[in-house]
Amino acid sequence: MTLPWAEVVEIAARSLGVAAAATFLAALVGLPLGVWLGARPRKGGLGAQVLLYAGMGLPPVVVGLVFYFLLSRSGPLGGLGLLFTPVAMVLAEAVLAFPMVAGFTLAAVRARADGVRRLVRGLGGSERQVLTTLLWESRRPIVAALAAGFGAAISEVGAATIVGGDIRHHTRVLTTAVVLETRKGELESALALGAVLLGVTLVATAILVVWGERR
Amino acid sequence: MKRILLLGLLMGTALAAAPLRLATTTSVNDSGLLDALLPGFTQETGIPVQVIAVGTGQALAIAGRGDADAVLVHAPDLEARFLREGKGVAHACIAYNNFVIAGPASDPARVAGAASALEAMRRIYAAGAPFVSRGDNSGTYHRERALWKAAGLEPDGQPWYLESGSGMGATLALAAEKRAYTLTDLGTYLFMKDKVELAGLYDRPDPLMLNQYGYMVVNPERFAHVNAEAAYALRAYLLRPDVQQRIGAYLKDRFGKSLFNPLYGRCKVEVEP
Repeated sequence: MTLPWAEVVEIAARSLGVAAAATFLAALVGLPLGVWLGARPRKGGLGAQVLLYAGMGLPPVVVGLVFYFLLSRSGPLGGLGLLFTPVAMVLAEAVLAFPMVAGFTLAAVRARADGVRRLVRGLGGSERQVLTTLLWESRRPIVAALAAGFGAAISEVGAATIVGGDIRHHTRVLTTAVVLETRKGELESALALGAVLLGVTLVATAILVVWGERR
Repeated sequence: MKRILLLGLLMGTALAAAPLRLATTTSVNDSGLLDALLPGFTQETGIPVQVIAVGTGQALAIAGRGDADAVLVHAPDLEARFLREGKGVAHACIAYNNFVIAGPASDPARVAGAASALEAMRRIYAAGAPFVSRGDNSGTYHRERALWKAAGLEPDGQPWYLESGSGMGATLALAAEKRAYTLTDLGTYLFMKDKVELAGLYDRPDPLMLNQYGYMVVNPERFAHVNAEAAYALRAYLLRPDVQQRIGAYLKDRFGKSLFNPLYGRCKVEVEP
């Protein structure tokens, strides 16, 4: 390993921070949307479902490119000066994580919607209580949805490279560092960084799962 | 809660003091040259430098949209166009080395015995030996295409002509795996030669093989937010005699010759707008 250990820790922490923030943003919109769509009666909402499921296949490089044009100094949001910053990476990766979070939440909620609605309504509950009960009853598959979103965010390299620029001490994350080390011919370092990436993903997912099961 | 804190932390980094953003080519970054030079600049001036290492074509595209403050690239004709289009100012020649034709040690096309770079290209073409092109609009790719053109040859569509679409290091690795020839800058080749099985077959002084690195400030009159003060400061720093000497001495002990030869601002190939 040619990289100093302190720098590996720094890069890993940034990877984790960017992916966690992206998952958080995706969940902020994706969870309510998934619950709302999933709780609706069977007819209708099919278009949204198709879009969300198709969105799981969003190509990261294309998402990165769109954000590049949006955030570039010559683009519509250029005044914010966000291109080549971690914030730009969070935004692009949130878009990549969003269909995962919303789509899997939708599927989980839909599977339970009829039964829960019958039960809650039968006990005299409101439609609002149907939604909160659905959210609670779907918490375990929702953890899977969050894990999928986090996984999509932390593992991708296309968008991170295009909107982040792989700037040392600023926007370098584990995936872009792997690409750099490979390009330099430092294959052992690249492989070691890949192992760190797998480890970070494993630990983060474990925390998420344990947190979900405990409630 | 933790996530919100993390997000805040990320926002904080983005809003910190204005650094200098340098878009540059992979060869000066991946060879470690910038890592050797830039900390000294930051120490003296307090200006942190953010390096975006991509191909020359992409570096100029990034800077041409106002997304960088300065560029350090190696394609004199593209640099001249950048100046002509009013996107860059204050061009300065920083260093040079030469391009090398690398290939399998068995040298089936007998490139090592060629009298000139054009002759070497003709021998590869005639032998139909595998050749890996960058194919990515980088400075090295531009030079390779210029060599084919000057030799009056068109390699596109030939079964032995491969385009890697990746950086110089990865292209050298690909060429080694395919036992193919490729055109490389001397710096990356020397840096990589212990890691890949490729011989430097044609590396004689040849005006067609000159590889010159130029620095430009992104035109602040065109892009108001450009950190021109910092970009000019780095220009002055890179041209300073002691820094130029350090460029020439970089890894000279290890390789027995300079990876980058200082130019003290005097271009070997004129870059005129």
